[in-house]
Amino acid sequence: MTLHLAVALDGAGWHPAAWRAEGARPDRLFTPGYWAELVAEAERGLLDFVTFEDALGLQSSHLDEPDGRLDQVRGRLDAVLIASRVAPLSSRIGLVPTTSTTHTEPFHVAIGIASLDHISHGRAGWRPRISGRPDHVAHFGRRPPFPPQDYSRDRHPVFGDHVQGLFAEAADAVEVVRRLWDSWEDDAEIRDVATGRFVDRDKLHYIDFRGEFFSVKGPSITPRSPQGQPLVTSLAHDRLPYEFAARSSDVVYVTPRDREDATAIVESVRAAEATVGRTEPPLRIFADLVVFLDARDAAGRKARLDDLDGAEHNGDAHVFTGTPEELAGLLLEWREAGLEGFRLRPGVLPHDLVAITRGLVPALQNAGAFRTAYDTVDLRGRLGLARPVSRYAA
Amino acid sequence: MTKQIHLAAHFPGVNNTTVWSDPASGSQIDFDSFRHLAQTAERGKFDFFFLAEGLRLREAKGRIHDLDVVGRPESLTVLSALAAVTTHLGLAATVNSTFNEPYEVARRLATLDHLSGGRAAWNVVTSFDAFTGENFRRGGFLAEADRYTRAKEFLQTARELWDSWAADAVAADPESGRFLRPGGVAPFRHQGRHFDISGLFNVPRGPQGHPVIIQAGDSDEGREFAASSADVIFSRHSKLEEGRAFYRDVKRRLAAYGRRPEELKILPAVTYVLGDTEAEAAERAAEIRRAQVGPQTALYFLEAVWGRDLSGYDPDGPLPDVEPNLDEGVSRGHAAFRRDRGELVSKWRALAEEKNLSIRELAIEVSAPQTFIGTPRSVADEIDHFVQADAADGFIFVPHLTPGGLDDLVDKVVPLLQEKGVFRADYTGPTLRDHLRLAPRTQNRTEETS
Repeated sequence: MTLHLAVALDGAGWHPAAWRAEGARPDRLFTPGYWAELVAEAERGLLDFVTFEDALGLQSSHLDEPDGRLDQVRGRLDAVLIASRVAPLSSRIGLVPTTSTTHTEPFHVAIGIASLDHISHGRAGWRPRISGRPDHVAHFGRRPPFPPQDYSRDRHPVFGDHVQGLFAEAADAVEVVRRLWDSWEDDAEIRDVATGRFVDRDKLHYIDFRGEFFSVKGPSITPRSPQGQPLVTSLAHDRLPYEFAARSSDVVYVTPRDREDATAIVESVRAAEATVGRTEPPLRIFADLVVFLDARDAAGRKARLDDLDGAEHNGDAHVFTGTPEELAGLLLEWREAGLEGFRLRPGVLPHDLVAITRGLVPALQNAGAFRTAYDTVDLRGRLGLARPVSRYAA
Repeated sequence: MTKQIHLAAHFPGVNNTTVWSDPASGSQIDFDSFRHLAQTAERGKFDFFFLAEGLRLREAKGRIHDLDVVGRPESLTVLSALAAVTTHLGLAATVNSTFNEPYEVARRLATLDHLSGGRAAWNVVTSFDAFTGENFRRGGFLAEADRYTRAKEFLQTARELWDSWAADAVAADPESGRFLRPGGVAPFRHQGRHFDISGLFNVPRGPQGHPVIIQAGDSDEGREFAASSADVIFSRHSKLEEGRAFYRDVKRRLAAYGRRPEELKILPAVTYVLGDTEAEAAERAAEIRRAQVGPQTALYFLEAVWGRDLSGYDPDGPLPDVEPNLDEGVSRGHAAFRRDRGELVSKWRALAEEKNLSIRELAIEVSAPQTFIGTPRSVADEIDHFVQADAADGFIFVPHLTPGGLDDLVDKVVPLLQEKGVFRADYTGPTLRDHLRLAPRTQNRTEETS
């Protein structure tokens, strides 16, 4: 079985000093050509999909407030619009933008992702995320101030009542979006000249969602999209987000530190599926890794970037430095823990992306562990997920 | 100097102007339809391509209205994709200021401006109805009187966000290790009646500074809002004398805001039909109107005005003898029917009697005829005359067919306008502000960066 490989695109790469690396293109980060070239490279490598990071505030190295730094990439473009900008320029690769469930209206997200699915002929995905940062709340001014995030226990925030509320709200947001995607049956449009009817309104459905946080009537304004349900993916580091993924997602990104940790995490994810009584196909579990890839001394390159930035880069995901062949070996080993795929975060763009597509991918292909051509156009199909009929279809 | 004409293309909408029963009518949702219309407009050197918006499906008699085209994509998502398959065409999105927040709208429009190389425009609309609000967490909370105060403050806030990044804020200089210039990004703080927000905006200033602002309101308040804040008015006044009166009135209001008449372009929405002869064009125009007002649509028009179910009446028979129910509305999400219905019923009855019209004939008679009907030559002459007579600065063309509805206009009429020297033979700059001959939007901020 082929391994699934995705790449997470963000700014100049995941290292905070990536923009200062040789070959980086920091003056082009806000141009369409920059993103089009990255996605074309990923598609040349036959990758499953790319994700686009996003947040509703300026990047910061502080957890709860701006950091005032001038020496790191600051500023980003809207992820859904980047994905749609590159959609007509690509033909097979999946496009998975991030949006906030805390601040963005679920109705807008539903029609945006459905539109991306129409434009890309079934290659759209979505990565919903909560926004717990107190400083970003003030950009909207419609919710009471958020408490500081509590990172006292580990590298990940402690999930107090406040964060639990944000996850509950996120689950409602995904439920609304999924219902809206189903609110038009596939054959709702009839164009019946004899009766003068463009649609069969019995095949358009109110979703009538009423929850603790909001209510949404429906139906969507956008007809059902090629995949019906675009691929929903989420990042998770702990029990609460595992349960969110088990309720809401098709793919979950997890962050094991090593092979044993991967086994433990897969067990936790499967337990979360049981806890929430998941009836959908099992979550496709992808491990996130930050990668620095060179034929020689990738660790040295990463260390030089750390020096430039003034700190060792060590985020939520395991950092791999080495050759593409060594990474291939690690992925095949970790896969045995029950992982279906990996989402690789290139340390530096385009350098580490090119190393993935031209180094890692051939190494995996040689091992018989990665596709040599795209088989499906649509993203769900690539992950072995059928196109669901609308939940409202009689 | 002869006034230069501005042209824009409107993607066919979800009212009965759009004919879906024609065999040439294609998909309203496939990207290829958007691509075809946008590329046709760009082939014709149009200023911009325009998408309308409606955030709830229309209803009649408590059910979803099924007689017109239903279903649209999210405007900005489609325009961003169109930026990849066009090079110069302006890309105008209608985005509601009631069911959105300034931070998000400002960043999405600034993003489109970056991703299109300076071709973004925003048609600022407002809505207050609880009907549409049922699709949003905010709900339909806005009093009608607050529509323009919210829209104005929304736009003002968006401008503050765009202006919070200096044009040269991004240094991206690996040598000095500075990604941002000191002082290049200023914190924003907006405290007003509708918005109380503060923090840091996260999209660099777009190539146009601010996207082009379009406004469509026609009320006194709407005109004032446009005079103070808009670059383009999307107007409804497509008759010559009406258009001249509107044009004079709006242009006169500009001085109070320190603006010159040419800083606001007035573009009425118009329709057209071409034929090889005037008679052929007139015949085609009549055919199209019959397709636009089918038997069921004719009854729907009357039901919307009568306020009651008229499904028992024969569309080819006389007008209903029952009196209208003026307390009840049957149509929701359809702005056209918010007017004095009692007066309309009397008018329509008199007209039907005078001309001996059936329900459907009346509905065709009272729905607006196409604006320009004729040969390519006569239509080109008329378009030019409207503009030179100061009834407009140009037009937003609303085709009745998706996606081929602009083909003959671009192939047959545009070359004649170019020949007359009143319409560009080619684009002269990369941005929409260049096409509209609007100055780049300079920063309101005064502090300079080191």
